[in-house]
Amino acid sequence: MPTAEAIRNGLEALGRHAITPVEEMGRIAIFFFKALSQIFTLPLQVRKIIQQVYFIGAKSVFVICLTGAFTGMVLGIQGYYTLVKFGSEGLLGAAVALSLIREMGPVLAAIMVIARAGSAMSAEIGIMRISEQIDALTTMDIDPIRFLVSPRIAAGLISFPLLTALFDVIGIIGGYLTGSLLLGINPGIYFARVQSSVVMQDVSGGFIKSIVFAIIVTLICCYEGFYTDRRREGFGAKGVSLSTTAAVVTSCVLVLISDYVLTSILL
Amino acid sequence: METPLIQFQNVFKSFGENRVLRGVDLDIYRGQVTTIIGKSGVGKSVMLKLIIGLMQPDSGTILFDGRPLTDFSKKEKKALKQRLSYMFQGTALFDSMTVFENIALPLAERRGHSTAEIRKRVREKMRQLDLHQIEDKYPSQLSGGMKKRVALARALVTDPEIVLFDEPTTGLDPIRKNAVHSMISNYQKRYGFTGVIVSHEIPDVFYISQQVAMLDEGRILVQGKPDDILESTDPAVQEFINGLETRHDDLTGLMPQPQGTKKFWEHMAHLRNHHIHFSLVLLTVENIDEINDTIGHVAGQIVLRNLATQVQQFLSITDTCSRLGLNKILVSLSGSNRKRAEDFCERLSGKLKPDKMLEGRPGANFCVSISAGFVEVHENSQLEELLAGAEQNQKTFFEFRVCTIAEET
Repeated sequence: MPTAEAIRNGLEALGRHAITPVEEMGRIAIFFFKALSQIFTLPLQVRKIIQQVYFIGAKSVFVICLTGAFTGMVLGIQGYYTLVKFGSEGLLGAAVALSLIREMGPVLAAIMVIARAGSAMSAEIGIMRISEQIDALTTMDIDPIRFLVSPRIAAGLISFPLLTALFDVIGIIGGYLTGSLLLGINPGIYFARVQSSVVMQDVSGGFIKSIVFAIIVTLICCYEGFYTDRRREGFGAKGVSLSTTAAVVTSCVLVLISDYVLTSILL
Repeated sequence: METPLIQFQNVFKSFGENRVLRGVDLDIYRGQVTTIIGKSGVGKSVMLKLIIGLMQPDSGTILFDGRPLTDFSKKEKKALKQRLSYMFQGTALFDSMTVFENIALPLAERRGHSTAEIRKRVREKMRQLDLHQIEDKYPSQLSGGMKKRVALARALVTDPEIVLFDEPTTGLDPIRKNAVHSMISNYQKRYGFTGVIVSHEIPDVFYISQQVAMLDEGRILVQGKPDDILESTDPAVQEFINGLETRHDDLTGLMPQPQGTKKFWEHMAHLRNHHIHFSLVLLTVENIDEINDTIGHVAGQIVLRNLATQVQQFLSITDTCSRLGLNKILVSLSGSNRKRAEDFCERLSGKLKPDKMLEGRPGANFCVSISAGFVEVHENSQLEELLAGAEQNQKTFFEFRVCTIAEET
């Protein structure tokens, strides 16, 4: 008898491990479609979306400029020393611009926004959950997903491509600073290479990535906060801290994984 | 028999191993205040959450107007939710919004209200609930009592038909606690909503309830009028009520109503056995609603407390004085007949001091209108009859006003 029970317990555990992730994915999908459809449901929540664009977008500008500039500058130096070995340092502009626009811009901008706005989003919604504010919305016949999540996803969709574009431009200027001013490449050649090598497909590919990242980041961060109360490992403030950590880690990992997938599709 | 507005039929609800509700049956009638009492953690709040749909019962039915909630279409559920309102135990105010935005939110998110109209209604509610000059403050900048009142304002701003209060007064001092009760009662009378209150405040909450139900061990042990509950012979009910009952009313320092009733029967026994006569004087603050409206509910409670203090100074050691409802005080004058009771009222009317009625608010221009009725007790009198008698002759004998500023005539 004990063996039979042990086998049953083992099978149950196995089943649970198999079902839980599927269930979770299903829940995320429902959450996402509810939130997405509510973006376009009348009346449009223009004011709230603008507020979130300010929070996710405008307030991230400084940090995006800073990281964009240094990324570009590092690319300038590294690119120069690699290219100079082959005597083709004139290609620096192309190297910096392509790696920024196709790869580093969307990914690094997304990661910076996760760190700045994503964590805040998750913590804010998580605290609203544990202090019954989300329940309060429900009792007032206000759909909490529409009220809290939809404006954030909409704002993410607006802000991410713009921040990515800003990151790219500042990065290219950063590459120029180190490449031309510090290491002496002709500025004319640098910018001519940028212009000649970047095609529309690179730019649109970068934007597609940034839009996908926008959805992943806002969705995961809101979702983790929204269901803080479902955590078994910690309740209350501890639960919120765990949700915030989970939101940041999961969205970073998913951004990098989806970046690989998208790159292989787009190229 | 009228159909109850909300009806619990054999409702079960568990959280994991914890079986909270085990076959709850409860009727909540339209236009009444029903209070659910019971020990902590027996699932009183769960009942409110089941009504508003934050939780679903495991089994059993909840009926609205005689129709099971499960039969409601999505549209009907939405319509029902608009008739309901919920005041959370922990207030659940939106802490990143100002007080004004908090109160305005339920209106702002519903269609068909102009900004001007919303502003008007929010300001109106804030004024009625003594919330002055805090529109732009955030909940974290407010005291506990104020937060409760903001939550109350938010719950009432949509003029709901049914309001659910989850421990609306927990953690408040006696004056503010009674002020919140008086606000609820006042609103209920004015707008006639159906109220469901979960509370521990016994007997204070009995003054404003028409129905009381006690939840114990997952079931409704008793349901009835406040007096029925107080007189219930069920040992669990008695144990619970006696455990919470104090010898002094928090607000007035007088005996609470149940104690007053007990004293009455003691006096009655003295009358029957030793022929010691006594009479009752019933004092009513007639314009308590007006005071609440003009200078605020907190001030209204202070007036009541100070009246009690002053009345006590006129009593001899054998007399007793107890609180009887929201705005009534019952004095039992031992060894006295009708004449002495009348003298007592006369003395009282001449000597109540206006300046002591509302301390700390100099210049507040208001009058307290008090009526006094008296009745002599006979051996075969019943308390209800006596009170009714006293109330009847109140109007004809003594109605006096105590004003802080001389009334203009």
